[in-house]
Amino acid sequence: MKSLRFTPAILSTVVLLVLTSLMLGIRLEPSGIGLKVTVADASSLYWIAAGAVAVFFFQLFRAPIDQGLSGVKQRLPSVKTDPLKQLADKKSVKTTLVCFAVAGLMIWPFFVSRGAVDLATLALIYVMLGLGLNIVVGLAGLLDLGYVGFYAVGAYSYALLNQYLGLDFWSSLVLGGILAAFFGFVLGFPVLRLRGDYLAIVTLGFGEIIRILLNNWTSLTGGPNGISQIPKPTLFGLEFGRRAKEEGNVPFHEYFGIDYSSTYKVIFLYILAVLLVIATLFVINRLLRMPIGRAWEALREDDIACRSLGLNPTAIKLSAFTIGAAFAGFAGTFFAARQGFISPESFTFIESAIILAIVVLGGMGSQVGVILAAVIMTVLPEFAREFQEYRMLMFGLMMVCMMVWRPEGLMPMKRPHIKIKSGKSENESSVKTAPVAESL
Amino acid sequence: MPESFFYFIQQLLNGLTVGSTYALIAIGYTMVYGIIGMINFAHGEIYMIGSYIAFAVLAALAMMGIDSVSLMLISAFVISIIITSTYGFAVERVAYRPLRNSNRLIALISAIGMSIFLQNYVRLAQGSRDIAMPSMISGGWTFGPEDGFHATVSYMQLIIFVVTFISMTALTLFISKSKMGRACRACAEDLGMTGLLGINTHQIISMTFVIGAALAAVAGVLLGMYYGVINPYIGFMAGLKAFTAAVLGGIGSIPGAVLGGLILGITEAFTAGYFSSEYKDVVAFSLLVLILLFRPTGILGKPEVEKV
Repeated sequence: MKSLRFTPAILSTVVLLVLTSLMLGIRLEPSGIGLKVTVADASSLYWIAAGAVAVFFFQLFRAPIDQGLSGVKQRLPSVKTDPLKQLADKKSVKTTLVCFAVAGLMIWPFFVSRGAVDLATLALIYVMLGLGLNIVVGLAGLLDLGYVGFYAVGAYSYALLNQYLGLDFWSSLVLGGILAAFFGFVLGFPVLRLRGDYLAIVTLGFGEIIRILLNNWTSLTGGPNGISQIPKPTLFGLEFGRRAKEEGNVPFHEYFGIDYSSTYKVIFLYILAVLLVIATLFVINRLLRMPIGRAWEALREDDIACRSLGLNPTAIKLSAFTIGAAFAGFAGTFFAARQGFISPESFTFIESAIILAIVVLGGMGSQVGVILAAVIMTVLPEFAREFQEYRMLMFGLMMVCMMVWRPEGLMPMKRPHIKIKSGKSENESSVKTAPVAESL
Repeated sequence: MPESFFYFIQQLLNGLTVGSTYALIAIGYTMVYGIIGMINFAHGEIYMIGSYIAFAVLAALAMMGIDSVSLMLISAFVISIIITSTYGFAVERVAYRPLRNSNRLIALISAIGMSIFLQNYVRLAQGSRDIAMPSMISGGWTFGPEDGFHATVSYMQLIIFVVTFISMTALTLFISKSKMGRACRACAEDLGMTGLLGINTHQIISMTFVIGAALAAVAGVLLGMYYGVINPYIGFMAGLKAFTAAVLGGIGSIPGAVLGGLILGITEAFTAGYFSSEYKDVVAFSLLVLILLFRPTGILGKPEVEKV
């Protein structure tokens, strides 16, 4: 029985028991001023036992399982499309499909519940954040762990501009994006010389600094209490409340002579989010076809080769960082408008990690993947309410599993290329074709 | 002597106390980075787990009616080190070993995932609220004017200094004298070559994680008892601070980690003492940014040559 490995199986079971014994197996309870330890409730103990049994049998049958898995892996949808066929793909078909998708997205909220539309809006905010971070992490290959800082800048700039200067949503949307981009530029300027993993930690530090400042600068930002009563966006000056808040404004329903319904506001926000996402996608896709977009990817693939070709790595990185930050700023402004209330609580490191998880799950660089992942990550926890508590645990686990088994993500980025078949089939070399529009 | 002098001394002592525990955690970062060039983001959580286990052991012993402080301390250290080391070992085995030859960022993302996982694992097992424990060791030496401000060295601070010093000495001896330590240094020099020379590099890397986790456990026990309050989120900040310390001293260098930890601890204590404790984290991160900008190799680090 060579394939059954008893020693490693027993060892790993013992390790698991050691790991869980004093953590899952017990419970620390405060008693008076002291602390007392009790054995955890039965369900935790069952979990430990089940885990131990699972690990034991997994390790015991490791070899056959691995074989089976690698078989499955080969059968998984690998990106094997005929590039020439792809080139010949009729563009008009794609355009029609996109049009239908957009029309569907616009019409659907009128037939479903208010809660669903609200959830979809939240998902779209994450789509926007995911797409923005995707530029920085997926395309330019810079691990930015402080992305939520720019999101916070966007949100707070709307809240503060509105509070102090009375600016409305639309001008703040532009200003929020510009401010976040400016922050990205200023912060990115010194740190982008750093190597990948240092950069990650420094951006994390910046994200935390922004949050701590927001938390402590009470006179300006309201500190931990945040800012409330942020007005909702208006449609060319039409408000969506029952009564107009500002003098001389007409509410939306009065203007069109229909009955008041709070659903209009939700649907309006949703449609706004859809438009913002479409604008984001459009801009990113255009950028990708420009020299700058190609330079991002080139830089990710090989820093030194890029430099020897005369590209300025700092400028390229800085552009990716700034543009990524700008999208976070837009998303932040929209978030503040939708929420009506913001506080530093919403901009912790965990939020950055969630956005990163979205990019990682979707496939770094792949836009369809990121959109899909953002929707999954926001909608799934809502359907499984009882799993809410385990959400972060699952996120963490998923990030590790994805990196170990499928680092390219659920839907890897497609890259049009042609494999030239040489005489011997082992000796396959891939050559990239002339730039082909990489679209949705 | 003026009161401000004693105030200064007090801040210095507080800084050294926290700084020496940062140094203990920073060694875990620096050793792992020195050998496989990755940031073990989950290291802070390992420290947090060390604290939890120490609290569990101390509470259990107190419930059994054992009141010998030294016995309690020693068992807390031993059990915490054993279990926490197992965590270090398991984390490396599960999340990092399969990624040994992949991109640094892939490994870093995996480490972040592991960090989130461990944090929430502890949160689900023990709840997210603070767990407090009355201090077992009270009292200390005071010096300075009787009526004015006087500096105090508590016995707990003394214990922290002594334990840190012993751990550091043991580690230095281990690295410089033992066979395993030599293998460890060889791995840091050139991992591939060391493997070719017949040293089991996987084993050495595992050992690095175990040593790092053991030192983090020591820090966890000490800092947990010093502050008296723990929750599942302390690991994140402590990990970041320790990483800052490691970078400050020059990542990859063990004396550098100690130096960096002490400098960071003192800087923080002075910020909290003279400016505002709310901004001490900001100062720590700014220090990190400044060091990386102007001297990315840290105080004692060696410059890294980039090869094609």
